[in-house]
Amino acid sequence: MKVKVLCRNPDDYVRETSKDIQRVPRNYDPTLHPFEVPREYTRALNATKLDRLFAKPFVASLDGHRDGVNCIARHTKSLSTVLSGACDGQVKLWNLSKRECLRTIQAHEGFVRGICSRFCGTSFFTVGDDKTIKQWNMEAPGYGVQEEPLTTILGKAVYTGIDHHQSEGTFATCGQTVDIWDEQRSSPIRSFSWGVDSFSCVRYNPVETELLASCASDRSIVLYDTRESAPLKKVVMQLRSNTLCWNPMEAYNFTCSNEDYNLYTYDMRRLDTPVTVHMDHVSAVLDVDYSPTGREFVSASFDKTVRIFPKHSGHSREVYHTKRMQHVICVRWSADDKYILSGSDEMNIRIWKANASEKLGVLTAREKAAIHYNQKLKEKFQHHPQVKRIARHRHLPRDIFKQKRELREMKEARRRKEQNVRKHSKPDSVPLVTEKEKHVVTVVE
Amino acid sequence: MAAPVQEALASTHVEKKKKPPKRYWEETKTEDDKTTDKGKNSEVEAPHEVTEKKPYQRRKERKRRVERTIMSGKNDPFPGEAAIPEQQLKKFERGKKFQKLNNTRMKAKEIITKCEAASELAQKEAARYDLMLPEDAGFLEGDEGEDTCTVSQEDIAEAVDITSGAKYFNLHLTQFGPYRLDYSRTGRHLLLGGRRGHVSCIDWQTKHLMCEMNVMETVQDIKWLHTESMFAVAQKKWLYIYDSKGIELHCIKKFNDVLRMQFLPYHFLLATASATSFLQYLDVSVGKEVAAICTRSGRLDVMAQNPHNAIIHLGHPNGTVSLWSPNQKEPLVKMLCHRGAVRSLTVDKTGTYMVTSGLDRRLKVYDIRAFKPLHKYFLPAGASCLSLSQKGLLSAATGDVVQVYRDVWGGGPVSKPYMAHRVRGSVWGVGFCPFEDVLGIGHGEGFTSMIVPGAGEPNFDALDVNPYRSIKQRQEWEVKALLEKVQPELIGLDPGLLGKVDQATFEQKHKERVEALGYDPLANEKFKPRFKKRGKSTAGAVEKRKKKVGHEDQRDVIRKTVEERMEREKERKERSKQLAEQGGKTALARFKK
Repeated sequence: MKVKVLCRNPDDYVRETSKDIQRVPRNYDPTLHPFEVPREYTRALNATKLDRLFAKPFVASLDGHRDGVNCIARHTKSLSTVLSGACDGQVKLWNLSKRECLRTIQAHEGFVRGICSRFCGTSFFTVGDDKTIKQWNMEAPGYGVQEEPLTTILGKAVYTGIDHHQSEGTFATCGQTVDIWDEQRSSPIRSFSWGVDSFSCVRYNPVETELLASCASDRSIVLYDTRESAPLKKVVMQLRSNTLCWNPMEAYNFTCSNEDYNLYTYDMRRLDTPVTVHMDHVSAVLDVDYSPTGREFVSASFDKTVRIFPKHSGHSREVYHTKRMQHVICVRWSADDKYILSGSDEMNIRIWKANASEKLGVLTAREKAAIHYNQKLKEKFQHHPQVKRIARHRHLPRDIFKQKRELREMKEARRRKEQNVRKHSKPDSVPLVTEKEKHVVTVVE
Repeated sequence: MAAPVQEALASTHVEKKKKPPKRYWEETKTEDDKTTDKGKNSEVEAPHEVTEKKPYQRRKERKRRVERTIMSGKNDPFPGEAAIPEQQLKKFERGKKFQKLNNTRMKAKEIITKCEAASELAQKEAARYDLMLPEDAGFLEGDEGEDTCTVSQEDIAEAVDITSGAKYFNLHLTQFGPYRLDYSRTGRHLLLGGRRGHVSCIDWQTKHLMCEMNVMETVQDIKWLHTESMFAVAQKKWLYIYDSKGIELHCIKKFNDVLRMQFLPYHFLLATASATSFLQYLDVSVGKEVAAICTRSGRLDVMAQNPHNAIIHLGHPNGTVSLWSPNQKEPLVKMLCHRGAVRSLTVDKTGTYMVTSGLDRRLKVYDIRAFKPLHKYFLPAGASCLSLSQKGLLSAATGDVVQVYRDVWGGGPVSKPYMAHRVRGSVWGVGFCPFEDVLGIGHGEGFTSMIVPGAGEPNFDALDVNPYRSIKQRQEWEVKALLEKVQPELIGLDPGLLGKVDQATFEQKHKERVEALGYDPLANEKFKPRFKKRGKSTAGAVEKRKKKVGHEDQRDVIRKTVEERMEREKERKERSKQLAEQGGKTALARFKK
């Protein structure tokens, strides 16, 4: 007779001393782990719920401006420094980690219209309603020394926006024309206009650094090449675009914020239809900025909300609002992809988390692993109705909620009317126009 | 200091007879000595060597050395990663691979291929890990001409080591007799319930008695809840819950006349079957009754759970077995298994096989995926209690003899039992101990623990069930298990249904959409006549306008049906034309020459 009976030595399964960690022998046999899918589903549901539970996106508010914040700019070299310009001509430098104002400059009379940091991070430029362009040193002047700009250029008309070249000493401003300036000269080296009376925004392309895009008040978006004498092409839309931003990773794409409550992502090479129409705002969109990864962008609107859109999605994934935040005028994504800064009418700059439920601070390896695991689970079960419902739910202020419903009704009515018109007219005489095609009037080369 | 003494000893003649075992310090010491000696030598030799070699030569030499190492790599006789046995891989297979990738969209294709690569890697890693599991299953092999079923327990207990031998023992409890039993999920704790009210729980390996009491009432059945700190007792009238010290925690009067109980550990549900033919589910995590189902089939004293999908199987006096989930008032499946009443049934842990025994003295094995019988056996006395072990051994109690069968569903029919054991009284309850080679038998004269080699799963997963867990570990496990408690709504015949693609019909999708939106986006809106001034909104005028719209809609419908009819007509004509062209093949045409 040969016999063997299961007999485990407890020493192999119990820790030796109380200082050790517990032994956890594993066996991955699927028959020992029944209900694999329902248990994973439960975990995913819990993770989604926790995600909403911990969604506390508001980090801090930077107060100190004495008028509405009109423009914000990132420091090109320092993560923690941010520049902001207000409607009373004041410019402030902020330290984000300490959440305090480093420096205050009375830069202009009237609005500070645009602000941008030089690529080397040693100085920054501001433009204002007093028709001047000023260059300032990033370092504060010594004790008792008067705050003076490095250079001041007095122009003929009001400048409404400014952007600096990625690596050279040139910058672009917009006002009645789009001007390209050399830092060493006091007059523009080139100026573009295309029968337009004024521009609201100009942006350099971050990759093809000689390319420029601007939003004009005649509802058009114009593209330029600084090496050429004339503008490249423009697209005319149904309503005016306020600002635009290039995608930093796919720099042939840009997104513009429009007065018709939508944002449009265009491919520079095919301007006749936008790639995506991003809807959700219930009032004019005032500013837009891409995350450094190029996967998402943030938009600020007159409806007192900030929304985050995935670049391909037609609807936002997140909406931020507070009771006290008024019309949001400018918004920027921080260079480390973690925070969003919004400047609004009621003189505050707010810092938000880009990912509402993210835990700040240093994470242990186990925490990280758990977060990754939960992320994967949420992804796996995202289409299940329960999970989807919880993940999508956002509380909206009453006004916005009502306005949204109203807009939906209007849209539905329009659709119905079009349907009726089509029904009662000769077949094919009323063409079907898609949502993307609807908003573009013409493209001029 | 030790080394010199040893050195002195080494020179004596004693050393030759018996060498003292070498100690680690001694060895390192001598090595150190050697290295220092070498160092001295090299120090002497080194200077002129260094001066002789020029830097580029040194570099060359180093290069040559590197090449040599690569040479050895080239001649690797077993290139690539180690092969994994096919069977191991198959064990961890979850679903089939995607077959058609041609018609899928680019993005979906990318996602599918990525997912498949990930799951394949996981499968491989798991299979590799499986080869390294520490324990092997037990076995019993007879000598030539010796039947394993003739081997007595005493012989086995003598042949194996002391700890294993101690697992064969008898408890003589003649007073409150016949006993029902239940092992906890970890297999450490044993619960005994005597019919005349004796309840005790024991840590059976250390023989430590946790509590013992007499509830002074008939005890019908007894069951551990999710941990060894709580158990449920079905007494004469009501259901009671005690803690491991024997303190009564709850008396649940909603659950009356309970005869049998099953605990579903992943759902935290206690399913009870009563004499009044009610099947009730109690959620033990919140203490709520989840479902109460009147089965309308008399006294329910045969019950088992399917550990794979948490379906409750009930055996009835008319020979049927019915399958129940808490979500449905009717049985999911009803199958006629025996002529005469069902006496006992059990389901294996993969949820594939069900074994039943009936008053017709037959033992039947069913495939419950197809609901088809696989094997039928005839037992002269009929089996009163059945139980399946983790490794698939079947124990059947006939009168006072317990027989254990092996391979009841694999291959051909079984002719001989694997093991057999006679106990003193008639058997009242049997149960295999999880993760141990032990079968517990409760009978009229007490309890017998019997050694059955090869019954238990040798390797446990400590994150799921850990027999060696500490109190802290148990508490942590409890919290985690509660967090991922599976909702009772998810109980169904296929537990993996949630992970499959829901190919809903259009109607179903539309219905859901209507529910979500609150209105039907595709419905024809009812015409609401607008109010018009100057007498155009009199009742007659409004009616007229309504009719106009109604006629318009009707015309649409008529137009559509006429079109359809025309098309059908056209098709019919074409078909007849084709027939005529083929030569007018009628039924009689085949007789023409």
